[in-house]
Order: sequence, then structure tokens, then C-alpha cells
Amino acid sequence: MRHLRLLWIPAVIVVMALAARWWWMHRQQAMSAATEDPAIASMLKDPGVIAKGRYLAIAGDCVSCHTAQGGQPYAGGRLLPTPFGNIPAPNITPDAETGLGDWRFEDFWRALHTGIGRHDELLYPAFSYTSFTKVSREDAIAIFAYLQSLPPVHHLGRPLGLSFPYNIRSALTAWRAVYFKPGVYQTDPKQSASWNRGAYLVLGLGHCNECHAARGTWGGIVTQAPLSGGEIPTQEWYAPDLSTQANGGLQGWSAQDIVDVLKTGQSSKGVALGPMADVVASSTQYLRDDDLQAIADYLKSLPARPQLVAQPSALNSKSVADHGGDIYAQRCADCHGKDGEGVPGVYPPLDGNATVVEPTGINATRAVLLGGFAPVTAGNPRPYSMPPYAQQLSDADVAAVVTYIRQAWSNHAAPVLERDVIKYRHTPID
Amino acid sequence: MLVQRSLAPRWMLPLALALCGGLAHADQPSVPDTLQQRIAACTSCHGVHGEGSPGSGFFPRLAGKPAGYLALQLQNFQRGLRKYAPMEYTVRQLSPAYMHEIAEYFAAQQVPYERKPVPDLAASVLQRGEQLVTSGDPELKVPPCQACHGKALTGTEPSVPGLVGLPYDYISSQLGSWRTGTRASAAPDCMAEIANRLAPADITAVAAWLASHDVPPDTHPQPAGSITPPLHCGVLEGQGGGT
Repeated sequence: MRHLRLLWIPAVIVVMALAARWWWMHRQQAMSAATEDPAIASMLKDPGVIAKGRYLAIAGDCVSCHTAQGGQPYAGGRLLPTPFGNIPAPNITPDAETGLGDWRFEDFWRALHTGIGRHDELLYPAFSYTSFTKVSREDAIAIFAYLQSLPPVHHLGRPLGLSFPYNIRSALTAWRAVYFKPGVYQTDPKQSASWNRGAYLVLGLGHCNECHAARGTWGGIVTQAPLSGGEIPTQEWYAPDLSTQANGGLQGWSAQDIVDVLKTGQSSKGVALGPMADVVASSTQYLRDDDLQAIADYLKSLPARPQLVAQPSALNSKSVADHGGDIYAQRCADCHGKDGEGVPGVYPPLDGNATVVEPTGINATRAVLLGGFAPVTAGNPRPYSMPPYAQQLSDADVAAVVTYIRQAWSNHAAPVLERDVIKYRHTPID
Repeated sequence: MLVQRSLAPRWMLPLALALCGGLAHADQPSVPDTLQQRIAACTSCHGVHGEGSPGSGFFPRLAGKPAGYLALQLQNFQRGLRKYAPMEYTVRQLSPAYMHEIAEYFAAQQVPYERKPVPDLAASVLQRGEQLVTSGDPELKVPPCQACHGKALTGTEPSVPGLVGLPYDYISSQLGSWRTGTRASAAPDCMAEIANRLAPADITAVAAWLASHDVPPDTHPQPAGSITPPLHCGVLEGQGGGT
């Protein structure tokens, strides 16, 4: 019992440390409430800068995360699911109490560029500062000017849904040391202006790598293989490899196909679905043609990928695929064609389709279960749709037909198992 | 002979190509440019004419419901006021204009009603159901369904749906959803209010009576403005005045 009595010593130290931290944070807050730099302040009021910022905010698809289902745009509240817990996106309208009303540009820049919040807290990388760090200061001023021009919405976000130990922000110090390298995009003088613009949009503002790259154990992006495809954790979709070269996910795509899918939601090679349909609907369909072309120029230059060595499977999927072929003939061939060729501009081809043959089989399985519409865009205002088969096909039938389309024609992807279908049948949609 | 042999392929090649092109085209599935074709995602569960799913008691009939009501439901799924994952996913990216067009399509469909299975219940239960539908329960402050859904229960333009011909499973699950907050409408949400005033057994009673009730010959909704809602209803834009 005697040693227990001595516990007051660490307790007092902890209390003193907390008090010191509280005092320090308040001091910082008082300091940052200082007025805006006059040169920046005048830019923030400039209608031209605000208009540019609006375009850039769309290119960065800020609204997609910072808006709750049915909520006011940019007023936050959407919960971003991560393997570590749910992280609510904050209100970024200029409301003084619940949004960015009290922020100066320097606060915004520090968050965007270095991932550090206004109260010196380390931000969770659900906010993609790992990509946004590449955004230029000039563009950041424009985005901030636009956000500050929005009508303020009083809306307090939900509390952080992380539990111990992930709720300890200081643990991010180690994470950042491994996965985060701050720095504005550096132009590559060997490449064209369009290529550089494309790289800037793809790697920076557009933050494509946040989904289209593999993530390590601690949720960091594996930087050795940018844009080589990755599973989107907890949302259960696979963001395909974006290389158009040999063995890439978009092998055979022309620059026009890339422009088409980003602008209208569909191309002769495939349709945007799942989270990418959201990206097209709220962001890329509004991009200027020269920016879409720039993105295509950059993606077309991504290197060929090493040939994937087929995993020898203990499972003989022949009979499964045969059964799947029967289902395909009955349910799918009318629209997608008996040879998986699709109907241009209406139904996507399945032969050689990146979303069909991606390594996990998640996308094809969920597409069969959920069906749905291609995204509504100005270029495709009344899209065709696919029936959801979750209500009509058993898990075994879905596994069979997905295995069939992954192995028919020129496709050579791994089979999908019944247990995978069971899992994806119950994946929440958001 | 030599000349002829070398000439023939020259002019035949374009013709042959044109023929192949034509054949390839004919081989491709031809897709009708109709709304009905475009909305396969809707009709695979709700039926090509919105008649509801044959056999199943869950997917509701859409045919002939007021277009305003149907469009509002799509919007409510988009906003998360109504919770049903497959519907939320299907409508998430649709534009207001497209949702309206789809709503108009189903509202304009006139197809016969099909009797859906109803559980075998005691006569007293059905009696209680009829009482709730036609006169309500003043003690529970539950107004009769007819007050808003129309004398013939065929709905009221522009936004009150008909209740005739709906499956038992669908009606009871909707009333349950209003109690648990997975179905909601614009505030003040009068249907949530009513569903919460009902006893659980009343839900069975009212769903069973409605599902077994004969469909009247004229299933058109009542005209707009023909009802005085007994409760404040957001969807009826404050037409109601009661409690």
C-alpha cells in the first residue's frame, strides 16, 4: 500500500504538464487570431482569385468529404471510415465558431501543406495533406479565398471516432516520419507544360494516389509504386492501376478514353463506378478540357508494370466458371454482349475492363450485387443502368458469374469465392 | 485472267469491309433509346411498369403513385432521410431532373393490381385495422388513414401516396421504419408522429387490413387540395392544423 501512496507524484506531474499545455495552446490561439497579412487580405477579396479558387476546390473535390449526406456543401459532418475508426470531416465554411471563420491564410496553408492544425495538433491523414502538400501557395490562396467567400454555415462536426491508441495524435509524429514528405510540386523541365500540369493535378490537388495506390500496415501510401492501384480500406472498392502501358490497369486506353471517362463518366473502355462515380459527378466532369488532356498526358506516361505472376490456385474454378457462363448468357449477355464487348456509349465492355480484372475481384462482385447508374454528367444526363443482382442471385451464383467474366475472353484474373461475395454483400455503401 | 484476278479484290475490298461492318453492327445487341431501357436498375425490382415485385412482398408498387411523392422519395433516399442501402446506392448520383423524369414514368403507368400474400390473422385483428383506416383512434390521437390518403385510399395529389394494393410486408416495415427513424420526411414529420402513437399490434392490424382490402375500380389519386390534414405535415407544406 505504501508505494500506492507515492502515486501522487506522477499525478501531480501529469496535471502540471496538462496545465502547461493548456496555457501554451491558448497562447498560440491568441497569437493566431492576429489579422491577415494585407497583401493576402486583398487577394482573398479579389473576385478573380475567388473564381479560380472555386475551380480548384472542385478539382480537389473538397466538397465530397466535407459534406454530410443531405447536408450543406462544405459544412462538414461526413464520417470517413478508416480501418482505425471513423474520422469526421470538419466544417470548412467561414463560420467563426464551427468552421474556418477565424482562420488566417497561414493557418490554412499550414494545414494543407504540412498537415498541422490551427492549434498545433497533428492532423489525421484522412485529410490528404500527403498529396495536398504539392499544391502551390498561390493556388492555396485562391482555394482559401473561395472557401472564405462561402455563406457561413453553423454546423458542429461530430467527435472523432477513434479509440485508443489511434486517438493519440502525437503518435502521428512517427507516422509522418515514415509516410509524409512535405513539399510543393516541382516542375520537371524535361516534360511538357501539359504533362507537368497533369502531374500537379493528379499527384497534388486531385489526390488520386490516396485511393489509386497501395497502403501499408499503418495506412500510409506505399510511395514506390504511385498510381499502381490499391484497395480502399473499409469502403471495399479497388481503385485500379492507372497506367495505360503493358500490364497496367488502363492498358489500351487512349488519351481520349481518359478524358471521356473523367468528363462524362463513361468511355469506350469502361464506366466510372463506386467512389469514382462520385468523383466524376462532383469534380472531374467540371474540369476544363485542357486540364483533362493534361491528366491524360500524364497518365499515359506512367511506366509499364511488371507482369503479374498468376497465383497457382488450389481451386479448380472450371466448373464454377461454366456455371457462371450460363448465368452470364441469361442475365448479362443482352447488354454486355456475348463476347463481353459491350455497347459503345451505353453499356461498358467487360473484356479487358480494368474494373473486371483488378486483382481483388471486389469491383466486379460489388457491381453485380449493386448494379446502379453510370454517373449523371452534363455529357451523359440520362445514363443507362444495371439491375442490382443482390436480390436475385445467391452468393454462389454471384461468385460463379464474376469468376466467369474474370476468366472469359482475354481476361485472366483470379476466381472470386463465395465467402468474398458474402462479405461484400454486407459492406455498407458509404 | 491475271488482270481480272488482281482487279477483283481491289474494288471488292471496300464492299467486303462495308458488309463486315454491317454484320458486326447487326451482331451487337441493339439497345432501345427509351427511359424504360435506361432504368433497368429500377425495374428489376419494382417491375417494368412499376407493378411491384411478383411474388415478393417487399418491393412496393410504384405505378400510378403521384409523381411528386415518388420524386420526393428518391430525394429522401439521396439525403439519407430514408434508409435502405440498395436504394441509397442506386439514386445517389441522380440529378433532380432525371429523378423527376423517372417519377413521371412510374406515375403514368396504369397496370392491374396483384393480390400479395397476407398472413392469416384473427377477424378481430382485421377489424382493428379497418377501424384505424376508416375512423382512427381518438384515444391514441391517431387520425384515420383516409384523412390524408384519400377516401378510396388511392392517395392525394401531389404528394400523398395511395395505400391500396401495397404488400403487407412493405406497409408494416415502413411503419416500423418511421418508429426507428430509418424512414423520415420533411419536418414536421406527421407519419413518424402517427407511427409512434400506434401500438405494435396496430401496425400488424393496419398493414393486414390494407393489404387485403379490395382495390377500387378507379385508382387515380384524389385531386390536390381535397384534404385537410389533421396533423402538421412538412410534406404538405403546413396544410394541416390539428395535433
